[in-house]
Amino acid sequence: MRELLRRLGSATPATVRVMVVVALSLAMMLIDHRTQQFEKFRNILQTVVYPVMFISTIPREMIRGVTGSMEMSSNLQTDNESLRQENLLLHSRLEKLHSLEADNRRLKRLLGQSEQIAEHVLLAELVEVSLEPYTQKISLNKGSSDDVYVGQPVINGDGVIGQVVHTSQFQSTVTLLTDPGSAIPVMVMRNGLRGVLFGTGVRNKLAMPYLTADADIRVGDLLISSGMGGRFPTGYPVATVTGVRQDPSDEFLTINTLPVTQLDHGREVLLIWPESTKDQAVPELENLTDE
Amino acid sequence: MSSIPVVLTFLVAMMLTSLPLPESAIIYRPDWLILVLIYWCMALPERIGIFTGWFLGLTLDVMYGSLLGQNAMAFSIVAYLVNIMYLRVRMFPLWQQSVMVFLLVIVHLAINAWIRGISGQFSITWTYWMPALTSALVWPFLFIVLRDIRRQIISK
Repeated sequence: MRELLRRLGSATPATVRVMVVVALSLAMMLIDHRTQQFEKFRNILQTVVYPVMFISTIPREMIRGVTGSMEMSSNLQTDNESLRQENLLLHSRLEKLHSLEADNRRLKRLLGQSEQIAEHVLLAELVEVSLEPYTQKISLNKGSSDDVYVGQPVINGDGVIGQVVHTSQFQSTVTLLTDPGSAIPVMVMRNGLRGVLFGTGVRNKLAMPYLTADADIRVGDLLISSGMGGRFPTGYPVATVTGVRQDPSDEFLTINTLPVTQLDHGREVLLIWPESTKDQAVPELENLTDE
Repeated sequence: MSSIPVVLTFLVAMMLTSLPLPESAIIYRPDWLILVLIYWCMALPERIGIFTGWFLGLTLDVMYGSLLGQNAMAFSIVAYLVNIMYLRVRMFPLWQQSVMVFLLVIVHLAINAWIRGISGQFSITWTYWMPALTSALVWPFLFIVLRDIRRQIISK
């Protein structure tokens, strides 16, 4: 004890300081890893850092603006034309979908089931800043001021992208499906076989462990979100199976899958708020028809 | 002596750190923030040190969305290492300083890799260490720029 005190006394201030700071950092990391305690603190700090991040996006935005204004008007015209046609096509399909959705909801109510179908969505743009290298995260320009919350699912036109892990006033961080820390419950669309997809840290590759050799899964199967766990809504495409291998020494199948969305492409994504219809336990008959 | 220029250099370094680059160029990005920290730790050891490093690391953690304390710890340890040897390193010729910078950035990267390895799976490739090399190459130029800034402050 005396020895320890003597040593501490003779230690240079810098050594003491660094020990204190390292201990503090370790404690913080432990808490941050295990709990959500620091979300508020992080929120405040991120709002402080926001201007810096904002300014660093300006050069890229300027380049984009210049190249955008130099685009040929003929190109724009053809683009416009094709988009108009696509819009028309999608619109007609949407009409059909609306009636199908209403049908579906009515039938489900008649069966006494309650399931999430309707969702509230918000378009968010990727903030062009580079985050920590070798992680699969992106930053969005919508934050808690738009009611973005931690754990919120993020999709784009093709399927699921990931989920929100941090929010601040004007920005949020999204962990992509391919991040090693990410997992999403899925099912095979063809037969409803359930499983969990894990990120591998490698771009465009997701792993699906824990399926036994007799599982009915084939190359080309589409995996959709199963809604288990309540975090991701049901029915969004997630990945397609690209390889199924049975290693005789292994109890489980080795399944490789490819995300349906190009996770590192595109600038716009959708944030969704699954609207729970679970509160409406008793279906009211007069409401059934007007949707 | 005003500390505004020092803060400004840190802000610029932070912007360079978050500046979007094409995917292929990102792996070569020097560790700007740590370079600027190393310089000020050597130039103004009585003012810039472990706590500054810790705070900078914390902001970087927030910016990156990484584990709170990860970069903070790495930065404070680098600041500490500079703090115990700045008297010698200051005398080094620039290329020898570059070698020191290379080692310090390696320390920074190693701590980061270690924590990320513990907190989750993290597959490491040799390109992960690339910033150490580019940081060492950039160091002489950065040193001259920052030295001029420091002389400007003093002459005021």
